[in-house]
Amino acid sequence: MQVGDEVLDKLVRETTVEIRNAAGLHMRPAMLFVDIASRFESDITVSSGPTNADGKSIMQMSMLAATCGTRLDIRAEGPDAEQALEALRELVEVRMFDEPPP
Amino acid sequence: MEIKKGIAVSPGVSIGKSLIIDSEDYRIPRREIDPSQRAAEIERARNAFVGAVEELVKLERGPGEAAGGRIKDIFAVHLRYLRDRSLRRKITDMVHAESVTAEYAVSTVLREIASKFTNVKDAYISERAADIYDIERRLLRQLLGHKREDIGRLQEEVVVVARELSPTQTATFNKAFIKGMATDAGGRTSHTAIVARSLGIPAVVALEDLTEIVRGGDTVIIDGNRGIVIVNPDEETIRQYEVYSREFVALEHKLDTIRAKPAVTRDHVRIKLLGNIEFPDEARVVLEKGGEGVGLYRTEFLYLNRPTEPIEQEQYEAYAEVLRVFADRPVIIRTFDLGADKYTQSRRVAPEPNPFLGLRSIRFCLQNLAMFKTQLRAILRASVLGQAKVMFPLITNIQELMQAKMILHDVMEDLDEEGIQYNRDLEVGIMVETPSAALTASTLARDADFFSIGTNDLTQYTLAVDRGNELVSTLYSAADPAVLRLIRMVIQDAYKAQIEVSVCGETASEPEYVMLLLGLGIRTLSITPPMIPEIKQVIRSVTIEDCNQLARKVLAMNSERQISGYLRSAARKILPEAF
Repeated sequence: MQVGDEVLDKLVRETTVEIRNAAGLHMRPAMLFVDIASRFESDITVSSGPTNADGKSIMQMSMLAATCGTRLDIRAEGPDAEQALEALRELVEVRMFDEPPP
Repeated sequence: MEIKKGIAVSPGVSIGKSLIIDSEDYRIPRREIDPSQRAAEIERARNAFVGAVEELVKLERGPGEAAGGRIKDIFAVHLRYLRDRSLRRKITDMVHAESVTAEYAVSTVLREIASKFTNVKDAYISERAADIYDIERRLLRQLLGHKREDIGRLQEEVVVVARELSPTQTATFNKAFIKGMATDAGGRTSHTAIVARSLGIPAVVALEDLTEIVRGGDTVIIDGNRGIVIVNPDEETIRQYEVYSREFVALEHKLDTIRAKPAVTRDHVRIKLLGNIEFPDEARVVLEKGGEGVGLYRTEFLYLNRPTEPIEQEQYEAYAEVLRVFADRPVIIRTFDLGADKYTQSRRVAPEPNPFLGLRSIRFCLQNLAMFKTQLRAILRASVLGQAKVMFPLITNIQELMQAKMILHDVMEDLDEEGIQYNRDLEVGIMVETPSAALTASTLARDADFFSIGTNDLTQYTLAVDRGNELVSTLYSAADPAVLRLIRMVIQDAYKAQIEVSVCGETASEPEYVMLLLGLGIRTLSITPPMIPEIKQVIRSVTIEDCNQLARKVLAMNSERQISGYLRSAARKILPEAF
């Protein structure tokens, strides 16, 4: 952790996750993602290739149209960035949105 | 001032303020607003979101719980969409930047999103477009719902402008306040045309992009004689049209004076003129215009604009009302002609891919026996009140006719057991409106008491042309030699079997066809009530000998163009004012 970030009360963290459930990031997974992202104070941006989406907007998240196997870059910016990334990674890669793999 | 040319489908001239009716199924036309109205429009969009959220919250708490998690998930997703700030911002930004209506912005933004999904190759994701359309409809209902309800509660006279009008929409009209209709789509036999003619108000259809030009409240002239619509006319044009409109009314009055005179040709052949009606209150219009009965009582109105099936008593009253008006004169009640464009499709889980060739009309009734029997019961019970006859639509073969008659007999037996009175000699006829019925008319005539030729469907099925499709509607013509040969065949077979044959399609209401139909042997015409005086005038101006000669000439012609040109010039000689 950098000292400067601590002082500004603002952390920036990034990670990459892979969509592993068969049906991809359709409506219901997008909803779960947004619900978890919205619990955190940090701003969350999700990128698929050149497209960026606000991790708290279901419209923008679902429009990423990420299919199984797609890699998403998640960037969190704010005091709870670390916890946010951890929770989202768990949802996408471990719980796989509570959906079956291919 | 802007002048648009379309197809004239119902005569007369109206000048009035426009009322625009949007339809759920069509793209909302782009309508620009004054920049000063933007704030109010953005407020409308916000309220639509609030209303839609409330509606969904209610649904989510409702009995859906039993339906399990999936439905709940769907509602939950829709709710999050409706609460999504970036979606709302996209819509309000569009209203602001382009000065367009809230409904246009809602529709455009959501359809853009939907098309994104549709373009994804993954089937699971591309199917999500349906969710977006659902959200779009929910918001549009919020924005347009009130307006739609208002149609029934109109307090001032308007002219209606729409992309296309559905039977459900016209059923809700408060008819006293509608002075004219104009639609982007449609043809001579579209629903709009039929309703306008039966109400006796001018209408023009096939105006292509009229809804994009007119805004609600604009002054609009509908010229149903020339097929012209003028948006925001200048004062000079309004003055000219007021004069023209008075002259037209004068002609109408002149025709009204022949109301009490009989429909007889100059060589003393008596023609029976009946009216086609869609609602019970039109029965009186038929009498006022000099009609001698009802040749086609369409009963579908009982089904439109309501969520539940009409009960027997309700149907009985609707039939009784008309029978009482006509007492000893005939009233032909056609059994439900539902399906295709009417009623059934919107209720199906999966719409039929080809509804005009699908489960419609008598086929639909034969597969929904409870509904069919209820209607026959109501007709039989009412039959003691007057001269009721029953008519089955869209018969294509003898089995269908036998089956329908058997069901009628079952219902009669039920009534006998219950000791309920009905007319035992009720006449049973059929609509001849498919090529197969026309070709087998000699067989069908053995089991039918009368034929009524439905030229609209007969033309559509013979020529394989969808009459509502502007792209091919020019091919649709009852003057086509193929259609005329079938009509002649049906008339000849009816004569041989000595049963009555009439024509109840749109062609019977068109002056240029009357001579031809008489020449082919028709002595009974059933037409839209406002046209009765004009058609009577035509009948009283001709001799059967002239008509026979004309029919012989026409039957020797090989092209539709030649025939329709010839019919028009013949009619112009008889009734120059009408052309």
